[in-house]
Amino acid sequence: MNKIEHRWLELRHFDELAAQDSLIHQLHPGVKVVTTLLFIVMVASFSKYELVGLFPMFIYPAFLIGLGNIPVAILLKRVLLTLPFVLFIGIFNPFLDQATYAYIGSFAVSGGLISFISILLRFTLSVSATLLLVATTSMDAIGLALSKLRVPRIIVIQILFMYRYIYVLIEEVMKTIRAHSLRAPYRNGVGFKVWGSLVGLLLLRTLDRAQRIYQAMMCRGFDGQVRIMRSWKIRTGDIAFLVVWTVFFVLVRLVNIPHWLGRMLLGGFS
Amino acid sequence: MSHHIIELKDVEYVYPDQTAALNGISCRILHGEAVALVGANGAGKSTLLSHLAGIFVPSKGTIRVGDYPVNKQTLPHVRRSVGMVFQNADDQLFMPTVFDDVAFGPLNLGLPPEEVEKRVMEALEIVGAASLIHRPPYKLSGGQKRAVSIATVLSMLPDVLIMDEPSAGLDPLARRKLINLLKSFKHTRIIATHDLDLALDVCERTIVLAEGKILADGPTVQIFNDESLLAKSSLEKPLRMQGFPT
Ligand SMILES: Nc1ncnc2c1ncn2[C@@H]1O[C@H](COP(=O)(O)OP(=O)(O)O)[C@@H](O)[C@H]1O
Ligand SMILES: [Mg+2]
Repeated sequence: MNKIEHRWLELRHFDELAAQDSLIHQLHPGVKVVTTLLFIVMVASFSKYELVGLFPMFIYPAFLIGLGNIPVAILLKRVLLTLPFVLFIGIFNPFLDQATYAYIGSFAVSGGLISFISILLRFTLSVSATLLLVATTSMDAIGLALSKLRVPRIIVIQILFMYRYIYVLIEEVMKTIRAHSLRAPYRNGVGFKVWGSLVGLLLLRTLDRAQRIYQAMMCRGFDGQVRIMRSWKIRTGDIAFLVVWTVFFVLVRLVNIPHWLGRMLLGGFS
Repeated sequence: MSHHIIELKDVEYVYPDQTAALNGISCRILHGEAVALVGANGAGKSTLLSHLAGIFVPSKGTIRVGDYPVNKQTLPHVRRSVGMVFQNADDQLFMPTVFDDVAFGPLNLGLPPEEVEKRVMEALEIVGAASLIHRPPYKLSGGQKRAVSIATVLSMLPDVLIMDEPSAGLDPLARRKLINLLKSFKHTRIIATHDLDLALDVCERTIVLAEGKILADGPTVQIFNDESLLAKSSLEKPLRMQGFPT
């Protein structure tokens, strides 16, 4: 099994986590979707240079990991996998914004560096929250929740299909690479010239396969409506979850708690 | 449902790229019959099955499945009474767990959860895959995947079962189990296959396709004894009929 295939199985494993039955898994999917969105909006709305004030936000993912029975190692790997994107977004900040923002001892820290780290933190938070939503809620339940939240059906279906076809695409990529490496065993990786034709082939095969899966769904009565086995009623626990976390997010956003705690412990309100 | 007859009249089908895959197919399949559909690669077997399953609508000619003529309006009804098992089980199993996959059809029928659960259990029992219920389908063996794909269709209680090369890629034991399973069904069965032993075991009737036309249609034993017909359609007599002590 090559490295890509291995990664792939891990990714699927992540998907399977949603089939558990923890306290978090039992929550109403709509509540989880709303809370996650709120969390992301709040995290994104912090000021560009905020670092310390973001830390209390980590309590939310930690809470989900704990009660949702999610293996931290797997989650971290997933987050790391998406890290290159942020690096790309934030990597130039330290060069563009060189004004001194603060001193650590006698070391001048530029605003760019701070904002870069801030982006990393915020990104880690948002991605973890999204991944945790997926790991504790089946994709179909998320789809159902979205349609209950009045998201247009066409968009919901798009999301569900995209999710399904990402798997299809990756599986086809794996097959193609395997076939290539079997026939070109002395080469490491795919040569530049072959890439073009491989990608074309891949696209055709993926479209074909996507179409067959769609047909298989039609044959079993799929008519564009999401139906799932479990029906959720909003319970007190769900409301409590939403309210408590909303209050918490707003509080963390408005009050710099670590700062405030520090001052209180040091005893001075100067 | 003794009137569950499948009837094709001069069915033609041309793919969007102008490949003429079916060139005038006419036949009648009665309720409870098991029919093997054989023929070389590219003969049009899969295309024909797609028509019976309500995936394609013929370019010309008519098809009736039970009470309905197959057309765009009746496709949902046709799909409800016909269960199609795809050639590649990976195309059929797209949900995260076996349970979800088998429940997909019944849920789309709008059945209440208890009924869905009952049907899932029953379908998995029939194919001997009840112990796999919580497994993710992509981790199953070929034979298990095949069994579960059949269950995904059985759970909709179809009148007609359609299968595209069900024994392809199975090891001998899994293949034997499949043959016994198919033999035990009372549904109308239409099975496209290269596995003439399977055809001989399961189907009393065989239709030979070549280049989108019916070359022969008759009792399986009779067809498989016609050497020139078999040669013409690039088929090989089942081992067990070749007169060797097998
Ligand atoms: N999606 C398609 N587009 C165009 N031509 C197709 C397509 N699928 C099959 N064909 C052509 O239709 C003919 C019948 O194919 P098919 O029904 O798959 O045969 P079989 O299942 O008997 O091997 C072949 O000539 C094949 O090349
Ligand atoms: Mg075929």
